[in-house]
Amino acid sequence: MDGLKRGAAAIVGVAESDLGQVAEGLSPMDLVAQGTQRALADCGLTLKDVDGLFCAMTQQRMSINGMIEYLGIQPKFIGSSMTGGSSFEFHVAQAAAAIEAGLCNVAVIGYGSTQRSVGRRQASAREFNPYETPYNPFFPSSAYALAASRHMHQYGTTREQLAEVAVAARKWAQLNPVAWEKKPLTVEDVLKARMISHPLSVRDCCLVTDGGGAIVMTSAARAKSLKKAPAYVLGCGHGITHMNITSMPDLTVTGAKASGETAYKMANLGPKDCDMVQLYDAFTINTILFLEDLGFCPKGEGGAFVSGGNIAPGGGLPVNTNGGGLSYCHPGMYGLLILIEGVRQLRGECGARQVKKHDVAMVHGNGGVLSAQASVILGTAATL
Amino acid sequence: MPSETTSPLATYNAHLEKGELAYQFSPAANRAVFFPRVLCPYTGSDRLEWRVSSGRGTVYATTIVHPAEGQPFNVALIDCDEGFRLMSRVEEVPPEQVKIGMRVKFRVHKPGGEEAPIPVFTPEAP
Repeated sequence: MDGLKRGAAAIVGVAESDLGQVAEGLSPMDLVAQGTQRALADCGLTLKDVDGLFCAMTQQRMSINGMIEYLGIQPKFIGSSMTGGSSFEFHVAQAAAAIEAGLCNVAVIGYGSTQRSVGRRQASAREFNPYETPYNPFFPSSAYALAASRHMHQYGTTREQLAEVAVAARKWAQLNPVAWEKKPLTVEDVLKARMISHPLSVRDCCLVTDGGGAIVMTSAARAKSLKKAPAYVLGCGHGITHMNITSMPDLTVTGAKASGETAYKMANLGPKDCDMVQLYDAFTINTILFLEDLGFCPKGEGGAFVSGGNIAPGGGLPVNTNGGGLSYCHPGMYGLLILIEGVRQLRGECGARQVKKHDVAMVHGNGGVLSAQASVILGTAATL
Repeated sequence: MPSETTSPLATYNAHLEKGELAYQFSPAANRAVFFPRVLCPYTGSDRLEWRVSSGRGTVYATTIVHPAEGQPFNVALIDCDEGFRLMSRVEEVPPEQVKIGMRVKFRVHKPGGEEAPIPVFTPEAP
């Protein structure tokens, strides 16, 4: 983000709430509170230290009010930007700006969803659009399917290549003790699975789970004295191209191009410097589009890039090492969980799925129907 | 900006009732605007002219929705020749035969009851 200082703020505490299918009656805000407590414990701070709060939810429109009520604190600074699943990557940039400006010193960013327990329809209000709703698209899947159809038409991308994304995610999930889906998965399985919105089968689509968590941010100066190695915010960028899929200028090019370029510029790094990518894989086409737009391969070559295990464990580029929204956890708005995984990988805490070189992580959030893109580049002390 | 006496949506729907596919044109931007609105998204100008489309276009993207119950159906994005894109569906052919690049032409679909008419498309005669 222009005007934001590289490495001035850091993520110092991270934690998931309960995931998957949570205990009956737990509320989304219960999960935020769980995440907050665990993330504060992770870095050795307490609620008394917190003076900045950020939150966005599908199940509570005024979620920041709910978070303040629940935690019983009066923050000096709040943020509640709602861009869909990428909200939390936006919050990181906003928290970094607030910390740098002295508006707050310790910020907590929280999320929680019980969409699996209460059902998707209950968890997310349907909005009527007179120019789209009458055709009964199955949103969000059909929007991503339209983008996939265009990518296949323009670049010869195949359903097999889309399936490779799901297979790689599953292989990572098998190394993650808390992943929801760990059954072996083949390209053939993905192709034969129940069709949702062609060319996307149910295995090309993210899970529907409960879940949430929190991250704690503070200044680089304060970060040094805390329990765990800080993950410094080296770069932030965003690009919002539309809200409705009909208004997306080019279905094969996302706002990740702009968000990535801005974040790289601030970080003074490029795709070659990133040791891993944690990106929002709501659908298999996302991974292909974002790897292209973030510069990991040329436009149109994403299908070939993800094939042959290149983004799976042991491949050329570790992508979505937690198993992704496709196999690990997808609680409605998944963007906070990729930040958590990026930080844990930088710290070297990831056990069987730990990537060997772990100094720089590209974390990329997606919101809406390829609408709101936000990139955050995180780095260890060695990158400062 | 003066107050609106008719909403962009009401004007659009009134054209559909007459069997016309209407869109807006922004003289300031020299290009078509869709969906109908009160401001041009390219210039910020509030001068938007209504025009009637030839109703001819090309399939830009397509999907087949598989509902939990009932038959699969098409949803497509159509690029009209005047330079605007809209969501619609292509009828009279099975959904798997709707292809990107296919030439299509507009007709109005009237669901009846309280529901507004909507534009749908059929393949142009070869």
